[in-house]
Amino acid sequence: MFLLNILKNDRGGRWLVTTLVAMILVVPILNSLPPDSILHLPTYSISILGKYLTLALLAVAVDLVWGYLGILTLGHAAFFALGGYAMGMYLMRQIGDRGVYGNPELPDFMVFLNWQELPWFWSGFDHFWFAALMVMLVPGVLAFVFGVLAFRSRVSGVYLSIITQALTFALMLAFYRNEMGFGGNNGLTDFKDILGFSLSEDSTKVGLFIASAIALIIGYLVSRAVTESRAGRACVAVRDAESRARFMGYRVENIKLWVFTLSAMIAGVAGALYVPQVGIINPNEFSPLNSIEVVVWVAVGGRASLYGAVIGALLINYAKSYFTVELPDVWLFALGGLFVLVTLFLPKGVIGLMSRKGVLA
Amino acid sequence: MTIGISLNELTQRDQVFNFLQPQFSDKLNVDKQILLYLEGLCVSFDGFKAINNLDLYIRDGELRCIIGPNGAGKTTMMDIITGKTKPDAGRAFFGQTIDLLQLDEPAIAEAGIGRKFQKPTVFEKLSVFANLELAMAQSRDFVSLFRARLSSEQESRIAEIIRLIGLSDQVYKLAGSLSHGQKQWLEIGMLLMQRPRLLLVDEPVAGMTHQEMDKTAELLVSLAGKHSVVVVEHDMEFVRNLAQGGRTVTVLHQGSVLAEGTMDQVQSNDRVKQVYLGE
Repeated sequence: MFLLNILKNDRGGRWLVTTLVAMILVVPILNSLPPDSILHLPTYSISILGKYLTLALLAVAVDLVWGYLGILTLGHAAFFALGGYAMGMYLMRQIGDRGVYGNPELPDFMVFLNWQELPWFWSGFDHFWFAALMVMLVPGVLAFVFGVLAFRSRVSGVYLSIITQALTFALMLAFYRNEMGFGGNNGLTDFKDILGFSLSEDSTKVGLFIASAIALIIGYLVSRAVTESRAGRACVAVRDAESRARFMGYRVENIKLWVFTLSAMIAGVAGALYVPQVGIINPNEFSPLNSIEVVVWVAVGGRASLYGAVIGALLINYAKSYFTVELPDVWLFALGGLFVLVTLFLPKGVIGLMSRKGVLA
Repeated sequence: MTIGISLNELTQRDQVFNFLQPQFSDKLNVDKQILLYLEGLCVSFDGFKAINNLDLYIRDGELRCIIGPNGAGKTTMMDIITGKTKPDAGRAFFGQTIDLLQLDEPAIAEAGIGRKFQKPTVFEKLSVFANLELAMAQSRDFVSLFRARLSSEQESRIAEIIRLIGLSDQVYKLAGSLSHGQKQWLEIGMLLMQRPRLLLVDEPVAGMTHQEMDKTAELLVSLAGKHSVVVVEHDMEFVRNLAQGGRTVTVLHQGSVLAEGTMDQVQSNDRVKQVYLGE
């Protein structure tokens, strides 16, 4: 009932949720068919799809702040990567003494650096519940502190974008340092188990895919619940006429702070599901280019619709997979060209095209 | 910055410490029938005195027109009242107790001062209904906004305002699709949703047709009494229309009050003729 209420005016969202639920039900069946069957879905495709779903969740998080609040964030990959690192730390602790050095107390890279004991900030990551908490808490707290500083002093527009960019760049440089205790430029990798299930098992990979799909559904519904509420309309008001909203009595900085923090937490969850599926997290995930790419996904899909962000993320990432295999030299030009074309001819993105053709509401 | 100021206050031994002085309550008090006090206000931007020793009193329930040539400080005065600009000197009180200079924009709006901007600013991507809903007096922190459901009382309040501003046929249209005049009325309606005691209206009829102007005048006059209304306007025809029946008109010039009185008194004032009416 509550769910129906959220999606009442959201045809695209109903489509999305239905499709995802169908995928959750159908994909494991297709995977279990014999390998010579035409309908058989190989496990590696499922992992790639699962990875894309986590990226789509990241795109939803970006659309929430950019589409509905007008904050062009160029640093959201930072929250994604922090969530990923929190998950990576848990996965590192699960390796135990199966590392190359066979040290039961320390991860390989610490042994390599001649460290004697586990740094304090690694404690607690042996437990899944703790890591799961940190996946949301660390990005959330960072976004909160960042937001307090930025929104209170009324930094907005392109300046705010530059600061978010600087944030992710600074984090990247910091995580590249071995002394930080997060594996330096190699990052965290060589994971074995998650919650006792081996990551090399097909069933675990299917499980992670299902978890990603569920996370995308929940993340989408939470975001939609916000945008459909009066608070969401207040966000749009802040986006379109900030000072008007302020004279009306809205604490603009608090509204921004709440949504920005929520969005960072969603991005953190996306990162946490991304890492076990790709098997590595390293400081490259913080690179400013990643954050910019997410913005392109959202723009291509269609800003301020949430499901547009999902479509954009899936579309571009599939194109990326295809082009980087078939025509590796062309990919960056294709991406750049696509962005220019979409901005010029499809200001409302793919969604705008679809609604013009009458496919969606 | 703030620490510097407080240190400064602490070391000022010729007066009682600030924190020992009785705090002004935040309850509106209009015992003296005066709603807004502006006294000795001065503001300068890069040496240009936008407001120069301005004294102005608005009575409770009054409809006051303020006229003046460009650069007379009309908009700056509104900026001070609504907390957008802090004056270099002077005092601004809402009723006898609320010190406007201590409050920021949302707090001032909360205290009961609504402002309509020169350019109509409504939330274009939201419906007329949603615009009014957001403007409604309500608790505006994120959590209560998130959980807010429209009560029937609120709904009838919105319907009442929609009737008053004459937009009954446009309730679910996007505000961006309204005509210029309709946007102006919607914005006045949004101000009314906040149930303000004082309405500041900045050039409401700029760009309106004559019929729209008449309708706007009618609307503003009907609001006086329940609310105090301050109208800043260029259009003399419109001001004459509003100020019928001996309402007070204030003429601003170079940041201070040049003349005050009924329309006839003001128009026959020699200095006003000189600087404004161009005679």
